[in-house]
Amino acid sequence: MTARRISAGGARPIPFTFDGKSFSGIQGDTIASALLANGVRVVGRSFKYHRPRGIVGSGAEEPNAVVDVTLAGKTTPNVRATTEPLADGMAVRSVNAAPTAEADRAGFLDRFAAFIPAGFYYKTFLWPDWHLFEPRIRAMAGLGRLDPAHQPPADSPSINLRCDVLVVGAGAAGLAAARSAARAGGRVMLVDDQDAPGGSLGHRPAVIDGMPGGVWAEAVVTELRAAGHTVLSRATAFGLYDHGLVAVWQRRTGLPDALWQVRAKRIVVAAGAIERPLVFPDNDRPGVMSAEAALVYLRRHGVLAGERIVVATNNDKAYAVAVALHEAGAQVTVADTRPRGTLALRDGVEVIHQATIDGVSGARGVSSVTVSGRPIEADCVLTSGGFTPTVHLFCQAKGRLRFDEAIAGFIPGDPVAGMAVAGAANGAFAVSQVLAQGHAAGGGAGEPPRATTPDDTCAVAAAWPAPRGKARQWIDFQNDVAVKDVALAARENFRSVEHLKRYTTLGMATDQGKTSNMNGLAAMAAITGRTIAETGTTTYRPPFVPVPFTVVAGRRRGEFFNPVKRLALENQHRADGAVFREYGGWLRPGWYGTGQPATEIAREARQARATVGILDGSPLGKIEVIGPQAGAVVDYNSYQTLSTLKPGRIRYGFMLTESGVIYDDGVVSKLSDDHYVVSCSSGHVGGVVLRLEEWRQDRFDRSQVFVHNSTPQWATLTATGPRSRDLVAMLGLGVDLSDDALPHMSFADGSFAGGPARVSRVSFTGDRSYEIAVPTGTAKALHLAMMEAGRTLDAVLLGSEALLLLRAEKGYIIAGKDTDGTTMPHDLGIAGPRDKRAGEFVGKRSLFTENALRDDRQQGVGLTVAEGEPPLPTGAHAVETRGGARRSIGFVTSSYQSPVLGRPVALALIERGLSRLGETLDFVHLGTTRRATIAPVCAFDPEGARING
Amino acid sequence: MQLFPCPFCGPRDETEFQFATEAGKTRPEPAAEVSAERWTKYLYLKDNPKGPTREVWLHVTCGEFFLMERDTVSHAVAGSQALGGDPR
Repeated sequence: MTARRISAGGARPIPFTFDGKSFSGIQGDTIASALLANGVRVVGRSFKYHRPRGIVGSGAEEPNAVVDVTLAGKTTPNVRATTEPLADGMAVRSVNAAPTAEADRAGFLDRFAAFIPAGFYYKTFLWPDWHLFEPRIRAMAGLGRLDPAHQPPADSPSINLRCDVLVVGAGAAGLAAARSAARAGGRVMLVDDQDAPGGSLGHRPAVIDGMPGGVWAEAVVTELRAAGHTVLSRATAFGLYDHGLVAVWQRRTGLPDALWQVRAKRIVVAAGAIERPLVFPDNDRPGVMSAEAALVYLRRHGVLAGERIVVATNNDKAYAVAVALHEAGAQVTVADTRPRGTLALRDGVEVIHQATIDGVSGARGVSSVTVSGRPIEADCVLTSGGFTPTVHLFCQAKGRLRFDEAIAGFIPGDPVAGMAVAGAANGAFAVSQVLAQGHAAGGGAGEPPRATTPDDTCAVAAAWPAPRGKARQWIDFQNDVAVKDVALAARENFRSVEHLKRYTTLGMATDQGKTSNMNGLAAMAAITGRTIAETGTTTYRPPFVPVPFTVVAGRRRGEFFNPVKRLALENQHRADGAVFREYGGWLRPGWYGTGQPATEIAREARQARATVGILDGSPLGKIEVIGPQAGAVVDYNSYQTLSTLKPGRIRYGFMLTESGVIYDDGVVSKLSDDHYVVSCSSGHVGGVVLRLEEWRQDRFDRSQVFVHNSTPQWATLTATGPRSRDLVAMLGLGVDLSDDALPHMSFADGSFAGGPARVSRVSFTGDRSYEIAVPTGTAKALHLAMMEAGRTLDAVLLGSEALLLLRAEKGYIIAGKDTDGTTMPHDLGIAGPRDKRAGEFVGKRSLFTENALRDDRQQGVGLTVAEGEPPLPTGAHAVETRGGARRSIGFVTSSYQSPVLGRPVALALIERGLSRLGETLDFVHLGTTRRATIAPVCAFDPEGARING
Repeated sequence: MQLFPCPFCGPRDETEFQFATEAGKTRPEPAAEVSAERWTKYLYLKDNPKGPTREVWLHVTCGEFFLMERDTVSHAVAGSQALGGDPR
């Protein structure tokens, strides 16, 4: 016989499958309780040796029962069966086993276990290369399988909450703490990872304030909720981060999981304790489980863990388990490692004192157990090696632990500011003590809760693992680490617990050693002749339990990961057939039309050179610098002097970093001596604003100059090409468009649709161009007017790709594309300000370093190829062979087929490029070599006649 | 997630801030009189102390640079103040 359900309490049946077989659980089951109720013993295979393993625990500590769950066609991997509620039609599959956990093909591996001890991989697969072996080893050892079809939606909300007191754990201690904190008047948040509040009150009876423990728990929660406090169930406080931020993962019914980010003035950790196993030969057989877990399954799920049960213990708390199982009808034998028990037991329960567990038989499930040399028929062995306080949050807050002999475990040492630890997490196990600690931790306000039942006795006598005989005594079930592996680590001098962890994998993976760490370090202590306190613990790091990435990422995925900026005229462009692409963080029309992109782009470029192109240039920066010191600020931030401009004029220039490297290029318009508008690259607006702000605040009188980014308030539509003036003239902006009144690099203010309209003559195509900036509210009307005017002029809508092509024909750079992190202005042949400009400006000193003055710097040039050849690949490297060694001397930064010139044009950064005009070089790219000749950057209209054409 | 006190906006999440530089660095000028060594030290060499430190940070959300004293080991923040005058 095995485990079975003894009481369903009339709950609704829930059908599910496990490894393809059909079973039935009931409402309220976890996957684990349903599997136990159906007598399923082998629920998985161990990570390394593929040994059959059964359910050990009843909560987050579970090392074995890790399963893949398919629900509604979607598979979630690596779910802990002990914490996942059973749902209708769930298909549950064991991990690291094929075809099933029961009949796993790789089960033979365990016979070779003697040859693959801890550290085996490190020693064996070094030669010739680990990567040769890795794929096959990874296939043999692993957990769940990702379901490529399951791409969960980005729908987990992240919720911020501030409160006076955060209580973690809603057992007796946490409830007492939350209640007293609430009565003191603070705002309280209580989080608990179980289905319902109460903690061990749910399976260990107690009477508190005259009520059964469960009823008292409900009453406290009702009181808290009624007063407006936040109480969450199925919510795990999984990490404590800098400055006391606590992250809580909440599983919600019918809603996506939520991530709570909580900042509390005080934190009460009442996270309870986890029972650790006793370690003895073959203690990993399916059917060997935690005594406390068996009590949970009995009291909460009506599942009896076995018919003939041996309870192996070193403490009093397991006696209550033995009694409960006996009363439920099991035949129970207690094997107590201590010389005498402190408890009287019922008739019918045998107690063996000074017991040793010599071994467990039954490969697929316990069939008998040998206690002090005497075989006992059994289908279940429950073990209790004492309780390990759950001190993770305390340790994450940099709290130091102290080893407490009385409970044989680590408990919090000196307190951490702003945090209190209460109840079992603090080493207190008697209900009255738990309630008193909780009440005090919550501030002590109000009447303390009182238990009217006598306290359980909780005495424990340490029984730590030690090497013994040949049989394997398992410490870490999830990672297949036995006592002999710890001994091996010690022999090989991996004696620090941190080394022990990495060398043997003890305490790694999804359970992070919740049941094994304490036994592992105690074994190391025994083997190395140190005390447990001297041996110490590994570092506690978040998360406490595995948290889905979907919860951590929340909504910051997909289009919300790095949201694009959008144009005011996006809908108009869509209606006009635009194909959108992202450029410098903005979603902009790449080209218009449904034809081949290259064909459409060439059409737009050719037409814009022939008549007039209409372009949405709204993302171009419009940063206003205002005040008496405005000229000084823009001068200091610019390579070229700008304040010498006449009002109404515009100048092109570079903005450098302090390292002298070109950060951005753009044009600056001078409105007056105390008002400039910096029009930088669309992708650099944020950065340019911060640079201006930095120097404004650091160097200038901040009351005499202000920087304001007005980019989002304006839309800019550009007309470019020979007929651009004709088009703008039809808009009636009230601006004199004659070249005398409005020459290239000047602007004039007019009006459109009752609002302002600034017309600037700047050109990124080399052709006569007009940029018209209007408030975004009138952008649509301006767009319509320009389209209407363009109809008679054979105008064309110009996307970003055609614009990039047209500017490349002219050799106009894109900062960051045609320059890199080393390019200085003189590398582009613009050395005037460096050589002549007096006074300080950003980056000046760096233009005179030894490196800046080298004559072999990479310089900006154009490239031509032989007639009939296609464009060079962007990124192709120019190479030079000297003494048989080939090296890169530069690379292609921009490359296009020019429809107007009927040949490719390209820009490049080439070592000594400016003195190499006419030289032909080899360019290599992905194994192919091309030839190209260095040319001036400007390939089209070098005289610049078209700017006024 | 650390909380930094912007002198203008109060305590805010660290994701709203950018480190600017260590406090007390003065830009060496004029360029013609600054040795390469001195310029290199200004540009690239930081003390990066273990323990208490004074730094200039930028609260990106409001655009203000300010002085902050904090501890690089404990991450405790001792305080912050506006640069060049009182908060306004």
